[in-house]
Amino acid sequence: MTADVGFGMTVVALVLAVYGGVAAALGARTGRSALVESAQHAALGIFTLVTACFALLTYAFLTFDFSIRYVASNTNLGTPFYYRITGVWGALEGSIILWSWMLALYTLILIVRHREGARELYPWALATMLGILAFFLLVMTVAASPFQRQLPVPADGRGLNPLLEDTGMITHPVALYLGFTGFTVPFAFAMAALAAGRVGDTWLVLTRRWTIVAWYFLSLGLLIGGWWSYHVLGWGGYWAWDPVENAAFMPWLTGTAFLHSVMIQERRRILKLWNIVLVILTFGLTLFGTFLTRSGVIASVHAFTQGSIGALFLGFLALVMLTALGLVAWRWDALRSQGNLDSVVSRESAFLLNNVLLVAAAFTVFFGTVFPLLSEALRGVKVSVGAPFFNQVNVPLFLSLIFLMGVGPLIAWRRASLENLKRNFLWPVVLGVVAAAIAFALGVRSALAALTFATTVFVAATITVDIVRATRARLRVGERLFPAVGGLLRRHNRRYGGFVVHLGILIIALGVTGSHAWSVQTETTLRRGETAELAGYRLRFDGLSAAEESNHFKVVGAFTVTNSRALGVLRPAKKFYPQEQAPIAYVDYRLGLKEDLYLVLGDFARDGSQATIKVQVNRLVSWIWIGGVVLTLGALLAILPERRASA
Amino acid sequence: MRRLWRWLIPLAVLPVLVLLAYGFRMSPRDIPSPLLDKPAPTFALTTLEGAPLMLAAHRGKVVVLNFWASWCYPGCYEEAPILEKNWRAYRERGVVVLGVAIQDKREAAEKFVRDFGLTFPNAQDLTGTVSVDFGVYGVPETFFLDRQGRIRVKHVSAVTDVVFRETVERLLAETGAR
Repeated sequence: MTADVGFGMTVVALVLAVYGGVAAALGARTGRSALVESAQHAALGIFTLVTACFALLTYAFLTFDFSIRYVASNTNLGTPFYYRITGVWGALEGSIILWSWMLALYTLILIVRHREGARELYPWALATMLGILAFFLLVMTVAASPFQRQLPVPADGRGLNPLLEDTGMITHPVALYLGFTGFTVPFAFAMAALAAGRVGDTWLVLTRRWTIVAWYFLSLGLLIGGWWSYHVLGWGGYWAWDPVENAAFMPWLTGTAFLHSVMIQERRRILKLWNIVLVILTFGLTLFGTFLTRSGVIASVHAFTQGSIGALFLGFLALVMLTALGLVAWRWDALRSQGNLDSVVSRESAFLLNNVLLVAAAFTVFFGTVFPLLSEALRGVKVSVGAPFFNQVNVPLFLSLIFLMGVGPLIAWRRASLENLKRNFLWPVVLGVVAAAIAFALGVRSALAALTFATTVFVAATITVDIVRATRARLRVGERLFPAVGGLLRRHNRRYGGFVVHLGILIIALGVTGSHAWSVQTETTLRRGETAELAGYRLRFDGLSAAEESNHFKVVGAFTVTNSRALGVLRPAKKFYPQEQAPIAYVDYRLGLKEDLYLVLGDFARDGSQATIKVQVNRLVSWIWIGGVVLTLGALLAILPERRASA
Repeated sequence: MRRLWRWLIPLAVLPVLVLLAYGFRMSPRDIPSPLLDKPAPTFALTTLEGAPLMLAAHRGKVVVLNFWASWCYPGCYEEAPILEKNWRAYRERGVVVLGVAIQDKREAAEKFVRDFGLTFPNAQDLTGTVSVDFGVYGVPETFFLDRQGRIRVKHVSAVTDVVFRETVERLLAETGAR
């Protein structure tokens, strides 16, 4: 029953999406607003139906309805309540529903926000959104239906992938998908601009905040993913250059480039073509990311499944890229810029360089990710490029980007005079050099760490210089200090939101550098009562205990930790799930601003007399998460409605 | 010339698409088992009914050794009826189907056997040593052994009717030692 209703609603939604897409496109071509209105109704219908599908599937999970194949595959009677909800999007079929739902939601918001303005672009954008939605509903109908039946009905299900039994799993996919799907809107408006032949700045202005929102969610998704990897996977790291991490990182890189290059087009009317191509690339990369995760083309810890879905995605990716770039070629003459760069030393060229570096980083990540495929296709050998490749190529790129982060926002437009450079950068450069010297004096011998530190101080100083100068100007006209700073942030929220995001990135960069340069680890086997030492910590092994949980068996080690004082007992564990061959590590840790103590339980004697323990002291990792919070605040500031008109 | 040149932009993505299409046809998990064409590890288990189950006792027959679990869903649920049907069809021709349940609870395994009416011998691998010896990575996995007791085919994921019949027919057609 549930299965039939769910499948029926999916099919109706698909029909509505196809109809709505065609109606909106016809309405755009003929200018008949009745057609566009009809498409709007279709979009509302789709949203309602997909929401109902989602609710129905959640209900099936909560009631252990094993007559539905997807439920039986991803839950069992022991799955706790909370994970029965997150289990809804724990695998392929459910994540496609979540994706479609978000896309439908964005389509509704687009209708509400842009129906009145943007007469020429809006119908085409709506048509694009509905077309993309139709594709995802098609996948839901023919390739990955979450409502497929199962006969005979099994007594119990298989259970959720144990690694997904974590609170991070409610937020990570949601944030990531909001980011992925969010880039559909700028893409839809870019397509509208090309279709309508209005490739000016209108589409950019309309989608500015959409882009920031999508970028923000994508950043958040990546950060939560890092946190999940750090505290669940038990290898002590937060980023592994895994193909699927890369799949989310590539659109982030091009999306970041796009966020910056739109500012040049708004100001100088150049880079029209570049911006359109960037947004197409970003959207294409989100599809590529989905293709990677869903098709199993490249082996990865995340890869869900293989099946006909891969062919569908590949076909759609081909359709999107060829159509979009075909439109670019068609509008080629209109897209060519009127302006030119005046000087190499200017804000435009700083931003342009930033774009080149970001796209280069995206390209190297892409190259590294598909390299195993390439080598298999050309030489017949399976090889992967590992983290060393990605680190070696990307570290210089990212360092240069951070440096530009200091230069870009302050250097003059068009042509920077020596005076301008001196006024803005003299003190920051001096401070940066001093910072490097201090770091050296404090015993930092890693050139990379010192360089990162110096660059970070330089950028932080440029931001301070700017804020101090602007505040001073306001104080001079008689404002008080706090209202002056507050007003500044509110009136120029995009600029200062950007600065705060930059600060967040700087903090993250420090955390990444620190954790790479100064983390230490050891692995040792202890008998009961014996102690191990690492970096000032002493751990005593107190024994093992075992517990039967609702859906797994757990062996817990107890370790009493002291440094100069008692720090309590840490309990890393191993979880044994019946459906998994290998036990799952359960990490225990003590987070700190300076360092984290991180314990992973290894092999143990069954009688509890001895255990192997991996001890890590990870330095500065917490700053990555703190940087994420700062970034969040900055992004929120930048998303606020602009108040400049009243200034 | 100018006009033609710009159409190269969309064409630029073609190589990438071709590469992905190629990759799509390969399976990254397709790593050949090192056990192929080697004598199968021996084992002695006890069936769920309590009878001894020794691999060595079936030398001279084509053996279909299936690793399963009652929680292995949906793969094991798909192949169980197929294994039973073919076991009935081929048992007179010198083919034996053996089931080994891994990491399973006894009651659940018994219910599975009952639900599908399985009549071929099924045993529990309580210590996990048999599945480790055979290099089982996940369930279901099925090994096809020839009359000399060598592992000839390793099939990952649910066995289909076609796979069963074609493999078994091929192994039956072989006469003596290779």
